[in-house]
Amino acid sequence: MAAALVTPRRALADTIRRRLPWAPGVADRPDQADDRPGYIFFTAAEAAFIEAAVARLIPKDELGPGAVEAGVPRFIDRQLAGPYGGGDHFYLKTPMPKGTATQGWQMPAPAEVYRLIIPQVNRWAADAYGASFAELDPAKQDEALKALEGGKAQLKGGFDGKAFFELLLQNTVEGFFADPIYGGNRDMVGWRLIGFPGARYAYRDFVSRHGEAYPLPPVSLAGRREWRSERS
Amino acid sequence: MEAANRPVDVVLIGFGWTGALMGEALTAAGLNVLALERGGWRDAANDFALTFDPDELRYYWRHHLFQNVAHETLTFRNRGDQVALPMRRLGSFLPGVGVGGGGVHWNGQVWRFLPTDFVARSHNLERYGAAAIPPTMTIQDYPVTYAELEPHFDRFDYLCGISGKAGNLGGRIVPGGNPFEGPRSRDYPNPPLEMTYGPTLFAEAAARLGFHPFPHPAANMSRAYTNPLGLQLGPCTYCGYCEKFGCGNYSKASPQTTVLPVLMARPNFELRTGCEAMKIEVDSDRRRATGVTYVDETGTTRFQPAEMVVLAAFPLENVRLMLLSGIGKPYDPTTGEGVIGKNYAYQITSSVNVFYDDKLINPFIGAGSLGMIIDDFNGDNFDHQGKGFIGGGYIGVVATGARPIESHPVPDKIPKWGSAWKKAVAQNYLRTVSIATHGAVMTHRGNYLDLDPTYTDVFGRPMLRMTFDFTDNEHRMSDFLTERASDVAKAMGGREIKANKRSGAYDIVPYQTTHNTGGAIMGSDPRSSALNRYLQSWDVHNVFAPGANAFPQNAGYNPMGTVAALTYWCAEAIVNDYRRAPGPLVHA
Repeated sequence: MAAALVTPRRALADTIRRRLPWAPGVADRPDQADDRPGYIFFTAAEAAFIEAAVARLIPKDELGPGAVEAGVPRFIDRQLAGPYGGGDHFYLKTPMPKGTATQGWQMPAPAEVYRLIIPQVNRWAADAYGASFAELDPAKQDEALKALEGGKAQLKGGFDGKAFFELLLQNTVEGFFADPIYGGNRDMVGWRLIGFPGARYAYRDFVSRHGEAYPLPPVSLAGRREWRSERS
Repeated sequence: MEAANRPVDVVLIGFGWTGALMGEALTAAGLNVLALERGGWRDAANDFALTFDPDELRYYWRHHLFQNVAHETLTFRNRGDQVALPMRRLGSFLPGVGVGGGGVHWNGQVWRFLPTDFVARSHNLERYGAAAIPPTMTIQDYPVTYAELEPHFDRFDYLCGISGKAGNLGGRIVPGGNPFEGPRSRDYPNPPLEMTYGPTLFAEAAARLGFHPFPHPAANMSRAYTNPLGLQLGPCTYCGYCEKFGCGNYSKASPQTTVLPVLMARPNFELRTGCEAMKIEVDSDRRRATGVTYVDETGTTRFQPAEMVVLAAFPLENVRLMLLSGIGKPYDPTTGEGVIGKNYAYQITSSVNVFYDDKLINPFIGAGSLGMIIDDFNGDNFDHQGKGFIGGGYIGVVATGARPIESHPVPDKIPKWGSAWKKAVAQNYLRTVSIATHGAVMTHRGNYLDLDPTYTDVFGRPMLRMTFDFTDNEHRMSDFLTERASDVAKAMGGREIKANKRSGAYDIVPYQTTHNTGGAIMGSDPRSSALNRYLQSWDVHNVFAPGANAFPQNAGYNPMGTVAALTYWCAEAIVNDYRRAPGPLVHA
């Protein structure tokens, strides 16, 4: 299933003269996440941290499923195992001194950041609360996350806990609201929560119907579960 | 180095909007033109297919259509006494790469600068006196007027099929349009887009307050359109994926949809993709360029001889190539002397959210330029006496489409995560309108571009170093705009509002706009500008650089309309004058 959505990218180099390159039946398709169960990137200890943390960032509650139920841990895992995690769109040359806040990201690629910092967060949590993050009760986990968010958790090795928190929160929100083809937002629960219709594309008939509820349910790039016999 | 290539009349470095417009204008006049593009070929149907377009993660957050900073980025610092560090991932601005450049993933917001924007220095001095311009503010007049550019603005409006409503036809003010704009020779080619609820609520409240709302001029089609080159565009579906995305529906003007099918068919045009310009070569007395050295995708270095070189890359890259090629004297902020890198500017933006309980806004319905605007506080459209700043910006609601990773506004005092956040996002997503302010940035002596001493790109060349911060002028002006936006927000009848001021130092992380200007500016004196009024290098007469790098300072509008007008103006000078008598078109 994953392989079906992957097409070879065309080479960049070309001399184009008196023609307009175009091909029938060809599209620049997205790479769908590997949807086999289990983790590819995360170790068991990392997975325990991620599952516990995202469950606090977007909890399951009276409004419905949270980040864990939406598949966010697997989304982050697949992202970190892929080109994003390897920093394919990051400039990573050294020297890499600490900069001002306005100079932005001064860290290695995302996968390396997770790999380096999760153990440090657990170590800090053990010092501060007597247990690794995943073992804390939810109230203590929230306290720990607030300390990271506020830059108050002093991680060993000079790691920037605040920058890590921002990355984790960003990736969590991505996994909750990105198209389900990437492994999160399972059954479009993120979109259903807020009323976003997804990859609908055409709203012309509805533009001037001010204040009316949009009647159609959300749709993914891969369609909807009921449109297909296999699992979406 | 391989054997030299066959000479051409003109080589274009970069093949986005500027390259496409220039290529079309010059080949129509019979010149042989070659474009070098570092990225790949992109066709709307194959590369931005409708079925894959609405993908926020891939296109925005994973930068699928943007310049890849792993390959080349810049270094940044707020002040000259800091150490600049690499922009290690894109944030504040999103330059493009590949055929079509940023013209693929833009919103299509096409403005003309005000007539007074072109004489910003002399106009402000005349109206407000010498004290209005602090000694460190380095603004200059453009060496070209609105009236001279009007036919070229018009040409771009019709090429793109802009949807809008004229407010000033030949000096006659037309109700429903922008009464502050410069005179137009004719109306827009297409009527305004249909409005969604958010812009409509804004316009109603703004009108009640005595302001002058009008539809945002849009390169998104309000109906089917055939442009003067015979290319057809289809009506917009309001899918909400313009900004940061391609359009596979042929509803957004881009080089692909409005120029390339015609240009690519011309026998006197050739495009080479996967070719990165390393430097412009100049002859021994440094008065004339001989061509461009570039590296193709195999890593082979080649030389392309040409009679003329047009820098048509992103403005920041144009400036870097001039510095790397030794064209023009580099700017020195301590003495104020030199011109390359001088007068870098940007845009200052802010927003105000209006939260409703009772109104379904459906913000996912959108188009890149679908909105209602007031221009009452742009440029010098209002009295600045006693305000402590010059310049201004537009205020409005532009429903570009609320993709939820990026857009899930919550009221003040709501945490950024947890159940309270989740509840607030669920309550407010469909019921929020965001008013944007889009302000000018004046130029200042300490805001400039040069080459970084430490960091290099994949070819080992020094990266550009950006030294930039907002000054008091920008903050006072932006705060003023945010207050005026809040006035309208309060009149819109929501439950509560939230003003998001732009405070503190310029931050390269959050997305603001891809409106980076200056660094190789046009002017009337070679001691204070890099280019003359025809966008021709004062130093090397067969090099032209018609991008936003030429803006002496930035105005309160999106730059593309003015970039396009300057490009056509430059092309006209090449075709009518330079081609017949190569040499400086202006004698200093």
